[in-house]
Amino acid sequence: MAQEIRVPEVSDGVTEGTVIALAVAVGDTVETDQTLLEMETDKAVVAIPSPFDGKITTIDVAEGDTVAIGAVIMTGEPTSGGAAAAPAPAPDAAAPAPAAAPEPAPEPEAPVAAAAPEPADSPAEAAPAAAAAAPPAATASADEVDLTTVRDSDLVAPAAPSVRRLARDLGVDIYQVQGAGPGGRISADDVREFVRETMQRITGGGPVPKVSGEFPGLHAQRPLPDFSKWGPVTQEPLSKVRSITADAMSYAWSTIPMVTQYDKADIAELEAFRKEYNRKADPAGKLTMTAILIKVCAAALKAFPQFNSTLDLARGELILKQYVHIGVAVDTPSGLLVPVLRDADRKGIETLATELNETAAKTRERRISPADLEGGSFTISNLGGIGGTAFTPIVYAPQVAILGVSRAETEPVWDGQEFHPGLMMPLSLTYDHRVIDGADGARFLRWICQAIEEPINLVMKG
Amino acid sequence: MSEKTTIPASAQLVVIGAGPGGYAAAFKAAELGLQVTVIDPEANPGGVCLHRGCIPSKALLHVAKLVNEAEESSAIGVTFAKPAIDVDRVRAWKDEVVGKLTGGLGMKVEHKKLTYVRGMARFKNATTLAVTGVDGAQGDMVFEQAILATGSRPIMLPGVDPGSERIFDSTGALELKDIPESLLVVGGGYIGLELGSAYQAMGSKVSVVEMTGGLLPGCDRDLVSVLKRRLDTKFAAIMMNTKVAGLKELKQSVAVTLEDKKGEQTQQKFSKVLVSIGRRPNTEDLGLENTAAELDEKGFVKVDAQRRTAEPTIFAIGDIAGEPMLAHKAYAEAAVAAEAAAGRKAVYDPRAIPAVVFTDPEIAWCGLTETEARAAKRKVTTAKLPWRGVGRTLTLGREDGITKLIIDPETERVLGVAVAGPGAGELIAEGVLAIEMAAVAADLRGTIHPHPTLSETIYEAAEQLFKP
Repeated sequence: MAQEIRVPEVSDGVTEGTVIALAVAVGDTVETDQTLLEMETDKAVVAIPSPFDGKITTIDVAEGDTVAIGAVIMTGEPTSGGAAAAPAPAPDAAAPAPAAAPEPAPEPEAPVAAAAPEPADSPAEAAPAAAAAAPPAATASADEVDLTTVRDSDLVAPAAPSVRRLARDLGVDIYQVQGAGPGGRISADDVREFVRETMQRITGGGPVPKVSGEFPGLHAQRPLPDFSKWGPVTQEPLSKVRSITADAMSYAWSTIPMVTQYDKADIAELEAFRKEYNRKADPAGKLTMTAILIKVCAAALKAFPQFNSTLDLARGELILKQYVHIGVAVDTPSGLLVPVLRDADRKGIETLATELNETAAKTRERRISPADLEGGSFTISNLGGIGGTAFTPIVYAPQVAILGVSRAETEPVWDGQEFHPGLMMPLSLTYDHRVIDGADGARFLRWICQAIEEPINLVMKG
Repeated sequence: MSEKTTIPASAQLVVIGAGPGGYAAAFKAAELGLQVTVIDPEANPGGVCLHRGCIPSKALLHVAKLVNEAEESSAIGVTFAKPAIDVDRVRAWKDEVVGKLTGGLGMKVEHKKLTYVRGMARFKNATTLAVTGVDGAQGDMVFEQAILATGSRPIMLPGVDPGSERIFDSTGALELKDIPESLLVVGGGYIGLELGSAYQAMGSKVSVVEMTGGLLPGCDRDLVSVLKRRLDTKFAAIMMNTKVAGLKELKQSVAVTLEDKKGEQTQQKFSKVLVSIGRRPNTEDLGLENTAAELDEKGFVKVDAQRRTAEPTIFAIGDIAGEPMLAHKAYAEAAVAAEAAAGRKAVYDPRAIPAVVFTDPEIAWCGLTETEARAAKRKVTTAKLPWRGVGRTLTLGREDGITKLIIDPETERVLGVAVAGPGAGELIAEGVLAIEMAAVAADLRGTIHPHPTLSETIYEAAEQLFKP
């Protein structure tokens, strides 16, 4: 009768997670879909639901344990009638994922090469031209071999066939390995040592950090002094959100040449409208400055398509996105997260405002699903609620621009004849200077300011 | 054949040609989970190797060995009567050997659930073949990937009637229609010398004519001379630097005009003439021009290190993919192509491909030869051990042989191994392993070899390098 409860598939590419909280104890009666425990993966905190109505009989994990997908975490006695045989359902609304999660998968809407046509069963169905253009799945597999490392020379690397195969599997050019055996013979250990040394050189000699970014070498860290010499210290492990943020930020900072352009928009009229609107609005549809900015930025991205792009240096291409998904930085207790609002260019401000309020709340409660943190084409970071006069945001790779918003202050504005008070909101636009020229950066931010000051521009130009 | 050939409309992997390369690739790919269709005109797999090459010739050479040993045993006090050769029975036995091996492969095709189509194929494009069954059935077959393994065929002298009774190539010689009184072998390569030896032992007077200055071009001369010393006593004549200027088929013989280096012509008559001047890859009539695959100037299909042609869906292996045209090279390529087709990381990068001439004595070598080292001005150390005085060779009643190691003077790595003498073909495997494992001379010397065997000659050759 006892049934094992296993960790279900959480998200593509997630193979394990850390148990951060147990929600039940042995002997507890649970209902289907009731949360049994919370698990933190490198994409999100996920609630593992109960697959049945019944009673928990054993718990096989403790908080802090790392568990693999498919591992048994608990056993229970389903009450009869439950659909006990079925595997655990996928976790419902997974909790938030890190803001700065580097996007490992291609963005869903990106124009993925049309799927290779499966060779048809009958010749009539198989258009030869199409089939010829698409190599069969097997050949296009991820297991590409670097054939340039195969050399047709009589000065062949002194390594046995099994060692050459090992090197090939590890992606090591056997000709670069120095053999320690007689006559320079390369052993399997020599190949492994070569890999270890290469990794150490890249990582600066320190322990190899657990990496998820593309350029692990950029995380090299110099040795730290012993701080306890100067006073007491404590250590705490980095949360997943923190380590992923660190990875994404250092990747962006060290690979993207960034420029920040500053400007100010007079929001006096817009603020007056917003306050008036909110007096009547339902709290769920409360209009925020961020919601308005999402719409303005979406229109600006349509007018300046290069700001909605990604640079692919490997292919020598600029990928222009035909969609507008805007990410919004949300401050949460566990760190910065950036949920994404889809198709902002096709939605009205009212809709965007409602969606934003709901998404922000879900994010703060860490109920946002990992998928909702992916695929952004531009990011807005509004710190106006906290204060400050200006800041330089960091572009969230692989995007090429980010808009920072600071607190609006009433300032004297010279209109050519006299000063009058203006409610000036400071904006800072950081962009990837490889893709965007300074003049375009200035024009883009000016466009945003004019749209805010005279919203008719949104309709005129957008 | 009562049922008409069924031509499947599609195949995941199609293997064209079922010789050693083709059937090995097909079996390997099937093991890796691919759905495999094999196309070959023969009833069973086997190709040239089994039907018209390695296997039947080795059967005939076994006959030759029995005859020679019986004859030579009188020197050690055992005398047999002159052997009587029943050609029909020898032929039948040879055919039984071939039948057993090819039939076994046919069973394996069924066992592995391959689709076997008796016929020929032509590429219409990179993913479609036009298939013609041996019974004339026709159909198109769409495939995801193809492995081309159509092999090679003997080159004939120009002007010879293909149906000639008296002038034949290796295929005709292996049919063993009769034992001609005299046989001229045109070409002193391994095929001519092997078949010439077999016919000689069965009673023919064999002569060899070779255009260049030596037998077995490419092989080190010290090895060839071991063989030549014996062939000189067996063959009626070995004519070097001589070419065939004309062939005229008469009623009872062939009149051959031979021309020596100085241009002087002489005419001789032979009962039959075996033309063994080389082999040519079967790359015509495959429709390769309808694909992106390319040929080199010698007619071989160009392939990369995975044996993939310029057309990503098509692999080529075996004789059509370049020298050496040997079955075991095709096996190795077959494994690589099959794995690559299944998406694995296999690469063809042998350090040594052994070559064996199954004459008596045999000659075998692998890796770097002395000739090649000299041509490349590469410094090597050689250790040569003549078999004279080695226990095992004397007890076999033979002492003609030599074992040679070619060593890199700096690293002491074994770069090449060569053996001439009875059983050389079996000994060479150790040399191939030594080269593949990047062994040094001290490894060969430090390996215990069984006594008394011929393999000790490898140990003793290595030992020479360490004499003070």
